[in-house]
Amino acid sequence: MLARRIIPCLDVRDGRVVKGVRFRDHEDVGDIVALASRYAEEGADELVFYDIAASARGDTVEPAWISAVSSVIDIPFCVAGGIRSVDDARARLFAGADKISINSPALETPELIDALAREFGSQCVVLGVDSKTIEGDWRVHQYTGDPDKTQLAGRNTLDWLREGIDRGAGEVVLNCMDQDGVRDGYDIDQLAAAREICPTPLVASGGAGRKDHFKTVFERANVDAALAASVFHKSLIGIGELKSYLIAEGISIRP
Amino acid sequence: MTIGLIDTRCANLASVRFALERAGLDYRTGVTPDDLADCDRLILPGVGSARPAMEQLERSGWAEVLAGDTRPLMGICLGMQLLFSRSAEDDIDCLGLIDGAVEKLPREAGSVWPHMGWNTLDLRSPDDPLLGGIKPGEYVYFVHGFYAPVGSYTLASTSYGADCSAIVRQGHVWGCQFHPERSATAGAQILKNFAELDA
Repeated sequence: MLARRIIPCLDVRDGRVVKGVRFRDHEDVGDIVALASRYAEEGADELVFYDIAASARGDTVEPAWISAVSSVIDIPFCVAGGIRSVDDARARLFAGADKISINSPALETPELIDALAREFGSQCVVLGVDSKTIEGDWRVHQYTGDPDKTQLAGRNTLDWLREGIDRGAGEVVLNCMDQDGVRDGYDIDQLAAAREICPTPLVASGGAGRKDHFKTVFERANVDAALAASVFHKSLIGIGELKSYLIAEGISIRP
Repeated sequence: MTIGLIDTRCANLASVRFALERAGLDYRTGVTPDDLADCDRLILPGVGSARPAMEQLERSGWAEVLAGDTRPLMGICLGMQLLFSRSAEDDIDCLGLIDGAVEKLPREAGSVWPHMGWNTLDLRSPDDPLLGGIKPGEYVYFVHGFYAPVGSYTLASTSYGADCSAIVRQGHVWGCQFHPERSATAGAQILKNFAELDA
């Protein structure tokens, strides 16, 4: 039986792993390769690395750390941030990333999704979406790596998911910004609505604070994977104990 | 013992290379059959889609050479699917080293496609040397939208909408639908088993 995935997310800035609250006030939480190997050993099913400032900054991720990570870990990982072209994506995949995730550049040029899916196959093209409730509607935001540049993308979240999947995205990471970093639980309503229209794997992001938050998001939003950052970086929840808890609660999980 | 890693120019040899290095296995990459003429066994990795990969194998001469080659060969993911006679992906003829056809995974309403994530192995021929040390129910990492139905060539299967071949063998040719290079210790064990097969 297919297992639900637990995915630690490592926000990367200037070669270090950082974490902010609601996308602001970043603090240094460690070395990329050291944290990546720790999570792989503890039983993470996959890792996501976001170069959080790359899109807003206008330059690209340095692939050197990608090969360093790829050579030490034996689980899949995805790289996000600043991928604006097929060449940007190829550099990261050739360095050993299993998937690439695009967010702001896909909003600027939606055809980029088609081009990446054609070139590398949908299975390695992930659409990252940052979404926030505005006047009762879920709306896409872009350039979220930099609070001063974050702006509305002028799109309804569910419409954008549909379009991205039609264009060839093979997986969606939906980051619910209202919940990000506050550890108050995933945005079940929004994720369940996304699940309804999402035929590809769907990854929940934003809000994990307790073990039961993971159980709830798997049971009530039926997501394929749950992503979290601060609870893992700060060792508030161990991946091993989280997985034992979820298995005991009857969720399909790789021990 | 040197493993030859066939470069189909379709990206991501890196994760397989790194996995072989972690396992301490000697390997060399090569685009043409001449590049890997003195290797003892071959791995055909694969991401991307069937048609460009098959076209590259025909251009580079591998399609013809593999038809008569007797070295142990292991295909990974798309590389495994290319070992079969035909694939529904792009509806093309493949290498024909395993008698069978690759089909599209059922895409029913409400189901998630492609099959992506860690799924369990159901061992059908646990005594095969490639499965040494692999426990029933072991989790390995899959990413695929097409699959080989279970057949006489199936050593292990997994279930996702249909019973899918997870590990296959016909004679000196093996294949893994999942990614051993990204399947933690179980995956490393399978790569090691392949390197240690009696050839």
